[in-house]
Amino acid sequence: MSKPSQENWYAKLIDIALPIFATLAALIVGAVMLLLLNVNPIEAYAALWEGAFGSQNALAETLVKATPLLLVGLGICISFRGDVINIGGEGQMIVGAIIGTQVGLRMVDSPGWLVVPLALLAGFAGGALWGGIPGLLKAYFNVNEILSTVMMNAIAVQLMTFLLRGPMIDPAQAELASKIPQTARLMENFRLPRWIPTRLHLGALIAVVLAVLVYILLWRTTWGYRIRSVGQNPDASAYAGIQVKNYIVLALVLSGAFAGLAGVMQVYGVNYRMITDGSGSGFTGRAGFNGIVAALFGQLHPLGTIPASILFGALLVGANKMQRVVQVPSALVIALNGLVVVFVVSSEIWRRKRQRRRLAAEMALQEGAPGESDGSEAAHYGGEVD
Amino acid sequence: MGESENSYAIQMQGVTKRFPGVVANQAVDLSVERGHVHALLGENGAGKSTLMNVLAGLYQQDEGQICIFGEPVNIQSPKDAIELGIGMVHQHFMLVESLTVAENVILGLYPTGLVINERKVKQELRDLADSYHLNVDLDAYIWQLSVGEQQRVEILKLLYRGAKILILDEPTAVLTPQESDQLIDILHKMASEGKTIIFITHKLHEVMDFSDRVSVLRDGEMIDTRVTSQTTKNELAKLMVGREVLFNFQERAHERGDVVLKVENLKALSDKGLPALKGVSLEVRAGEIVAVAGVAGNGQRELAEAITGLRRVQDGRIWIRGVDITKKNPWQVIKAGLSFIPGDRIGRGLVPNLPISDNLVMKVYRKPPISNGPFIDYQRVEGFSERLVDAFNIITPSVKTNARLLSGGNQQKVVLAREIDASSGALVAVNPSRGLDIGATEAVRKTLLEQRDQGAAILLISGELEEVMQLADRIFVIYEGEFMGELDREEAAVEEIGLMMAGEKRERRTDEISQSSGGQ
Repeated sequence: MSKPSQENWYAKLIDIALPIFATLAALIVGAVMLLLLNVNPIEAYAALWEGAFGSQNALAETLVKATPLLLVGLGICISFRGDVINIGGEGQMIVGAIIGTQVGLRMVDSPGWLVVPLALLAGFAGGALWGGIPGLLKAYFNVNEILSTVMMNAIAVQLMTFLLRGPMIDPAQAELASKIPQTARLMENFRLPRWIPTRLHLGALIAVVLAVLVYILLWRTTWGYRIRSVGQNPDASAYAGIQVKNYIVLALVLSGAFAGLAGVMQVYGVNYRMITDGSGSGFTGRAGFNGIVAALFGQLHPLGTIPASILFGALLVGANKMQRVVQVPSALVIALNGLVVVFVVSSEIWRRKRQRRRLAAEMALQEGAPGESDGSEAAHYGGEVD
Repeated sequence: MGESENSYAIQMQGVTKRFPGVVANQAVDLSVERGHVHALLGENGAGKSTLMNVLAGLYQQDEGQICIFGEPVNIQSPKDAIELGIGMVHQHFMLVESLTVAENVILGLYPTGLVINERKVKQELRDLADSYHLNVDLDAYIWQLSVGEQQRVEILKLLYRGAKILILDEPTAVLTPQESDQLIDILHKMASEGKTIIFITHKLHEVMDFSDRVSVLRDGEMIDTRVTSQTTKNELAKLMVGREVLFNFQERAHERGDVVLKVENLKALSDKGLPALKGVSLEVRAGEIVAVAGVAGNGQRELAEAITGLRRVQDGRIWIRGVDITKKNPWQVIKAGLSFIPGDRIGRGLVPNLPISDNLVMKVYRKPPISNGPFIDYQRVEGFSERLVDAFNIITPSVKTNARLLSGGNQQKVVLAREIDASSGALVAVNPSRGLDIGATEAVRKTLLEQRDQGAAILLISGELEEVMQLADRIFVIYEGEFMGELDREEAAVEEIGLMMAGEKRERRTDEISQSSGGQ
C-alpha cells in the first residue's frame, strides 16, 4: 500500500511548490513587460533582490512591511477556514488604528508599560468591532459578507479622513496651511521597541507568536474545531448542536481583530502617529488586501502565512529599489504585484480542482474495491490498519 | 416506415444507462402511443427520472435504441430533443425569476434574429394559452407567480417551441389539490389535441385518475406496462414495491419498556412554507423500533428535523423521557439524550473534509476527557476514535483520513458509531441504509436491532419497505404529512402498506388510534 501514500506525498509537494512556481511565472511575464520598456529584466530583478534582502536595513524593511500582511493574513486564515470571506481588512486596520491611537493621545500622563498594551488591545477591539458588524449582518440577516466588508472599508476610509483632517488633526498642522491629515506624535515612551538602527519593531515578533497561537486556536481548541466544522459543513454542524450563527460572527470578529492589531501596530511601531495621504490606502498601504493574498499563498495555514508575508513584503520593498535603479514607472511595480496575485490566485483555483480530482480518483479506487466486503478491504489496507 | 403507419410516439428498446458504480436503467423497453397520457410509476431511485432524462437529451444512453414517431433517432442534447418535439418539465423549474412570463418563453428561442417582435409572440402565446386552458398573465414576473402558475409557464414554453411529446417529472409533487385538478384538466386537453404526455409519479391515485397506460419501473428495470382501466391500485402497488421481503433476522425476544419518545399532534412547515406535517402523534417505547414508512417527500424529513430541533415546530409537543424538548435547539435536544442518524450522510451527518476522528468526536468534544476547558486533547481524540473504529468495524487507513474518502457503508458506520456511542437510548434514524450495498446494509440494520435489544427506543423513518418490514415492531405510514394508519409488523402486508403509502387511509384501525392517543 505504499503507492497511494507515495503519490499523496508527491501531490502534497506540488501543492506546496505551486505558489512558488506561480510567483516565478509572474516574474517571467513581468520580465517581458520590462523588456518592452527597454529595461534589462536581469538588472531589474537584481535590484529587486538587493532592495529586499541586500542589507541588514533592506531585510529589516522587508520584515516591517511583512508584519501587517502577516497579522491581516492570520485573520484571513481564521475567517476563510470558517467559510467567511473577509475583504474588510483595510477598514478593520483603520478603525483599529483610530481607537488605538486615541488611547495614546488621551493617556499622555500614564506610563508606557500600561499605555502600549492597552493601545494594542484597543486596536484589536476596534478591528473586532468593524469585523463583527458584517458578521452579525451575515449571521442574522443573511447579508453577503463580501459586499458588507467592502462597504465597511469605504466607511472606515471616510471616517479616517474626517477624523485626521478634523477632530484628531495634529494641533501643529491645524495651525499650518498644509493641513496634512495626521495626528499629533505619540509620546516617546509609547513606542514599540526597535532593533536599532533599523525600523524593525517588536510587532514583528508579536505577529509570529500570534501565528503560533492562531494555529493552536484553529487546530487545538473547541472554538477552532467549531469554526472549521461550520466552515466545511454548516448543516452537519448545526445538527451536531453547534450554534452556527455564533461561529460565523466569531470568525469575522477575530478576523477583524487581527487586522485592527495590524493597524494599531503601524502607529505604535512604524509612524508613531496616524497618518494618511488622503487616498483610501494612504494609511494601510493596501495591507488589508495584500494580507488576503499572503494568507492564500500560505494555504490558509497560520504558519505558512509567515513566509508568504515575508515574500510579499520583499516584493513591496524590493520593487521600490527596482524603480529607483532601473527607472521604471511606478505603475509597473503595481502591475508586477498584481501579476503575482493573479498567478497565485489562479494556481490556488487550479490546486483545488486538482485536489477534487484526486479525491474523486481515490474514492473511485475505494468504491471499486472488489466486493467491498470487510475482508477484502481490510486486506486492501492491511499495511496501515495496524 | 411512414409516420402514418406508426401509432407510437416513443419506442425505447433495451435502453441501459450506467453511472459509475450503478446501473440506473437496465435494458428498458418502453412504448408510448401517440395522444396518450402515459404514467411512469416507481419508487424513489427506480430509474424513472434517468430514463426520461435520456429521452430529453440530458443523458445519453449507453446501450439501446430510441425511435420517435417511428424514426430511429440519436438524441445528443436537449436541443436535439426539442427539435424532435420532446420537451420536459423538470421538478425544479428552469425559469428566470426576474423576467416576465413572455420574456421567459422568448428566452432561449432560436433563431430569434436581432429584433424580437414581442407583440406577435405575445399574441401567439395568448392563443396557445387559451386553447389549452393555461391561464397565466404573460406580463407577470415569475417571482410573483405561484408554483402552479410557474408550472404552466413551463408547459407553455414547451408548447410554444413546438413540443409534441411532453414529459412531466412528478408534476403534482409541488401543487395544491386544486392546482393538481387544473393540471389534470390541462393534460387531458393536450392529449385530446394529439399531444403525447408522460408523467412520472409514485402516487397511485394519480395513475388511476388520469393515465391511459402505466409502466412500472423497479430497481432500474421495466417490470410491466398495463392498461390503466384494466388494473387496480393493489396490483400496481405490488408491482411497484414487490420485491421479496427478507425475514432473515432472528425474532426478537425483548420487552417493551417505558415511553421514551413521545410526539403529540406535531405540525411543521416545509422549506417552501407549506404545511408538511399536519398533526402527527406517536410513541416509541424502550426496546422497540417504530417505523414511519412512506414515499419520500411526504413529511418524513420535516418530522425528523422537528424532533431533533433543526426545524421550527408550529404546533404540538415532543418529549424525551418526559422532558419537553419542543422548540429546543439541537444542542439542547442532544443533551436531553436524543441521537440522530440523518438521511443525508454527506450533507448533514458528516463534515466530509475533516478527518474521521474529528467527525467521531462531534458529540463528545465539549466534555472531559476529550477536551479540557477550551483545549481539545487530540491524543484522547485519537484514542477515542480508534476505539470506535474497532468497535464498529469501520474500514479506513487511519482515523486521520478525511471522511469523504470512505465508502458509503463506512461513512454510515462513522455516523452510527458516533450517535450510538453518545446515545442514551433514544435514536431517530432516517433511511439508515440508503445507497449502501448489501453487506453494509446488513451491518447497519444489525446494529439497530442490537441497540433495540439492549433497550433503545428507535424511531426509524424509511422509504424502503424492505427495511421497515425487517426492523420495525410497529409501522406508521405517512402520506402528505399525515399518518394513514398504524400496523403491527405481524399483521402488515406489503400490499396494504403500499396502498397506504399511496394515500389510502386505513379505516379499521382509526378508532383504536384515536382511543390510544386520547387515553394518553
